[in-house]
Amino acid sequence: MRNRTLIRFGLLLLLLVSANGAWAQGLTIEINDGSRTADPIAVVPFAFEGAGLPPETDVSEIVRADLARSGKFFTLARRDIVEFPTRESEVKFATWRLLKQNYLVVGRIADAGDGALRVEFELFDVARQSRMIGLAISGQRTAMRDVAHQIADLIYEKILGVRGAFWTRIAYVTSVGLGQNTQYALMVADSDGFNPQVVVRSREPLMSPAWSPDGRRLAYVSFERGNSSVYLQDLSTGSRELISAQKGINGGPAFSPDGTKLALNLSYGGSPDIYIMDLASRKSTKLTNHFAIDVEAAWMPDGRSLVFTSDRSGKPQLYEVSAAGGDAARLTFQGQYNARATICCDGKKIAMAQGNGNVYRITVFDRTTGTYTEISPGNVDESPSFAPNGSMVLYAATEGPRGVLYAVSADGRVRQRLVLADGDVREPAWGPFRQR
Amino acid sequence: MKNTVRILFAAMLVAGLGACAKKAVKPSAPVEPATPTDTTPVEESGRYKVGDLDTDSCLRQRVIYFDLDRTEIKPEFQAQVACHAEYLRQFPNARVTLEGHADERGTREYNLGLGERRGNAVSGSLSAAGASSGQLTVVSYGEERPVDRGHDESAWSKNRRVEIVYTSAN
Repeated sequence: MRNRTLIRFGLLLLLLVSANGAWAQGLTIEINDGSRTADPIAVVPFAFEGAGLPPETDVSEIVRADLARSGKFFTLARRDIVEFPTRESEVKFATWRLLKQNYLVVGRIADAGDGALRVEFELFDVARQSRMIGLAISGQRTAMRDVAHQIADLIYEKILGVRGAFWTRIAYVTSVGLGQNTQYALMVADSDGFNPQVVVRSREPLMSPAWSPDGRRLAYVSFERGNSSVYLQDLSTGSRELISAQKGINGGPAFSPDGTKLALNLSYGGSPDIYIMDLASRKSTKLTNHFAIDVEAAWMPDGRSLVFTSDRSGKPQLYEVSAAGGDAARLTFQGQYNARATICCDGKKIAMAQGNGNVYRITVFDRTTGTYTEISPGNVDESPSFAPNGSMVLYAATEGPRGVLYAVSADGRVRQRLVLADGDVREPAWGPFRQR
Repeated sequence: MKNTVRILFAAMLVAGLGACAKKAVKPSAPVEPATPTDTTPVEESGRYKVGDLDTDSCLRQRVIYFDLDRTEIKPEFQAQVACHAEYLRQFPNARVTLEGHADERGTREYNLGLGERRGNAVSGSLSAAGASSGQLTVVSYGEERPVDRGHDESAWSKNRRVEIVYTSAN
């Protein structure tokens, strides 16, 4: 990560106007010049072969951008594309071999009736001169971003053998204004930051969004009752319920992998401790019992244990405790301050906000090798959240007076700024895989 | 007040000099006390009036600042805590909310805990100095309500605080 050279790769600014003012979305991709292990792939602009107007959404450009920001691929710049095949019969493999491309994607978009569009695409292995996939996905014109992300997922999975996580959603919190006029909003957007939608708006702070494993609900903290309380909200209906409003802190919600339980940190017992609430009965049991601050529980993928932040040894560090209770074991011993765990890869990797002095950066701890890898370059980087396939980490950073979100590849090599808004953007939470 | 102390101090000094007169070779001028000694916040006989919350120089101070990652109340805020405790003792129906805050460094949920610890520290001091616990409510906002959105020590030091908010004056 040292001697970081950044190659500014492309800059495209789109201005979207929402009901609450202007939102600017920056699509700056920064590639840290290092070991070039990524696969070169060319995504040829898809041809429109329908009768009416072409879709407003540039489907093939979204596919290209998804693959590029994953860190697993180098995508060929559009200016370097000299031929524009749209189907297998038009592909001249020699051209793409000359351009040193390992893979090639071509496609075309046609009418599918009732105003819908049908996107056909093909993926080729250039060296073998063979087709790896040929598929069609149909959708309404307004759903073309979804279609593009699904295509990127299929290409990613075919080449790497790992399910893609582009067709997913993210949640985050924004705050605009100062003092008494601050407006907070809990937002949900596509994984690339597009299609931002307001889930909750409040004049009191909102915090800590957490996805249910089925992606249908969000748990979060709201101060609308004058103190922190935890709510559970259905995304499609907007209906919500108050889950926890004890005396003191009600925070840190995290769904168990099977969705039946919610971990919380509550302080009504004197100091913040981790509790587990059974969502069917609403009964809570105390999991940790220490006078220190115990917060930010994250479940291991098998649901058998949880990782949490505690300052029982002085400064905050990560600990692991069985979901059945018992003693907690300290996990992190490097770095002055380690907090807010996010877990991936069968529990083998834990990303956290690591603080040394006044510098807080996202660091990935590999439990199998015991190594720590810093993957963010900022000074106030926090709230890491793994993509459901572990390929990327979403986190919040500070740029001048405002907060922004970044998606960084899990190896730290490729980083993209996702969301820019007036004021502050923070606490991103990457949602689960969606059902096709 | 100050003059009385000075005279007393000078008198003690003279007495001391007298006691070891054999060693003293020079007469000595009165010496200024090294530390300020006029910090009595509440007069023993004084009783607060409800309006004093807006006018009394001590009661008008409602913010207690903390050092990084610390929750103990620094000496310079003891007088402020003492006068609010005295007011609360005199007006048993008065109620305060102690809003605990942290600076932006570190994670939001942990800072919620840190803000609560600071609120609890002020609550404990107020109780020890005469307020009853039923008058005191602690709410932590963590780092969610900064008064200065800067990213340096000058901003951070203003944000690490407990605000004493009266929800009922008497």
